[in-house]
Amino acid sequence: MHSFHELLMLLVVLTNFWILGTTRLSAAIRAVAIQGALLAALPLALDPGLSPHVLGLAVGTLVVKTILLPMFLLRAIREAAIRREIEPLIGYTASILLGAAIVALAFSVAPRLPLPEMESTLLVPVALSTAMIGLLVLTTRSKAVTQVTGYLIFENGIYVFGLSQMERVPFLVEVGVLLDIFVGVFVMGIVLFHINREFDSLDSARLTELHD
Amino acid sequence: MSVSSLLSLLVLLALAPVLPGIANRVKSALTGRRGAPILQLYFDLAKLWRRGVVYSRTTTVIFRLAPVALVATTLLAAWLVPLDGTTSLVTFPGDLVAFAGLLALGRFALVLGALDTGSSFEGMGASREVTLASFAEPGLFLCFTALVLATGDLHLEGMLGRPLAAVWPAVVPSLLLVATSLFIITLAETSRVPVDDPLTHLELTMIHEVMVLDHSGPDLALILYAAALKMALLGSLIVSVLVPRATLGAPVALGVLVGGLLLVATVIGVVESVMARLRMNRIPQLLVAAAALAGFAVILLLR
Repeated sequence: MHSFHELLMLLVVLTNFWILGTTRLSAAIRAVAIQGALLAALPLALDPGLSPHVLGLAVGTLVVKTILLPMFLLRAIREAAIRREIEPLIGYTASILLGAAIVALAFSVAPRLPLPEMESTLLVPVALSTAMIGLLVLTTRSKAVTQVTGYLIFENGIYVFGLSQMERVPFLVEVGVLLDIFVGVFVMGIVLFHINREFDSLDSARLTELHD
Repeated sequence: MSVSSLLSLLVLLALAPVLPGIANRVKSALTGRRGAPILQLYFDLAKLWRRGVVYSRTTTVIFRLAPVALVATTLLAAWLVPLDGTTSLVTFPGDLVAFAGLLALGRFALVLGALDTGSSFEGMGASREVTLASFAEPGLFLCFTALVLATGDLHLEGMLGRPLAAVWPAVVPSLLLVATSLFIITLAETSRVPVDDPLTHLELTMIHEVMVLDHSGPDLALILYAAALKMALLGSLIVSVLVPRATLGAPVALGVLVGGLLLVATVIGVVESVMARLRMNRIPQLLVAAAALAGFAVILLLR
C-alpha cells in the first residue's frame, strides 16, 4: 500500500461511509460528487501513461459524475422544495454497521474470485463494497432522490470494476455506460418530478397507494 | 525501563495541563476573543490545591477515594505507553488491555463518586458518561487490533515503537484510518466539542462536567489534572501512530511527541471552533463511525 491509487480507493470507501452516516440530502449528494471526482482521478493514477483513452475516461467521468449529475440532483431538491433530512428506513448507526459488514464481506470474498491479474488488489473489493453499499442506500432510504444517489453509488462500483479491466474494456463501452447513467438519472428526474406533483412528497413508499 | 522513558514521562506529566489551555486559546483566537492564558490550568490547579474541601454529609469514603483512584489509574496507564518512542516503563504481553482497562477503571471510580453524592443530576451525568464510554471503547480496541495486526506485537511498546517503525511505510493508509479514529475517540474521552462541551454549564447538556460538580479543592484539582493527562496520553497514541518515532533517537522522539501533542491540542481547538456540539442521540453514531474507520483499517491489514 504505497501508491496514490490505493489511497484514492480508500477515500472512495470512506465517502461510502460518509453517505451512510449523513443526515442531510445535500451532504449525501456532495459526497457522491466527491466520490465522482475520486473516481475520475483513479484511471489517471492507475495508468500514468496519459493515453487518450484514459484522459477521455477521466474527463468524461469528472464532467458527468462530479458536475452534471450532482448539479441536477441539487436542483431537483431545490425545485421540489423537499425536506432536507434523509429519513432512512433503518437507523444511521445500523447503516454504518451494515456498511462495515459489507466492506468486510467484500474484502473476504474478493481474493477468491477467479479473475485475471489486476493492477491493484484493492480494485475488486472496493468495487464490490461500493456496489453493495449503493444497493444498501437504494433499498433503505425512502426518498426518491436518495435512491438516485444509491443508484449512482452502485454505478460507481461497476465503474471501479470496469477499471480493473481497463485494457480490455474499449472506450466506447465506457462512454456508453456514462451515457446510460446520465439518461437513467434524467428519466428518474422526470419520474421524481411526477411523483412530487402527484403526491406533494418524494416518499416512494407512497407509490403503493397508486390506483387506477 | 530506561532513563529516557522516565524522563519522557516526567516531561509529559509536567506538560499535560498546557494542552487544554492551548485548545481553549485556539478556540478563543478563532472566535475573535483573546482568551485565558495558555497556562491557566496551572494557576487553577495551584489555587484549588490551597483551598479547603467541602464534603456533603450524604457522601461516603467512595466519594473521597474517587479522585485519587482516577489520578492513580491514569498515571499507571501513562507507564505503559512508550513515550520516548521505543521503551515503556512497564511492559508485558497484552498491556494494551491493561491500558484501556486502567482508563476504564478511573472512569468507573469517577462514576461511583458521582453516584455516591445521591444527586439524581450527577447520576444522569454518570449514566451518560458510561453510555458514551461503551461506544468509545470498542473503537479503541479496534485501533489496538489494527496496530497489533500491523506489527504482530502484543506490547504497547512494540505496537507503537520499533516494530511499528519497521512496517510503517507499508501500512500508512491503515495507520491514517487508525489515527483519525483515535482522534474522534480522544474528543469523546476528553469531553471536547462534538461530544461534550467543556465550557458549558447548562444542566441538560453536560456529561463529564456534571459528575465533578460536587468535588472541590484538591479533589477537583486531581480530577482536572487527570483529565489533562488523559488527553496527553491519547494524544501521544495519535502522535506515535502517525510518526514512527523509534528511528529518531530518544531526544528527537521526545521533541516530536511534544510538538505533536501541541498540534493535536490545536486541532482540537479548531474542531471546537468550527463544529457545533452534536445532539445527544447523534453522538453514538459518531463513535460507531470512528469504530467503523478502525474496523476498515483492520480489514485492510487482514487482506
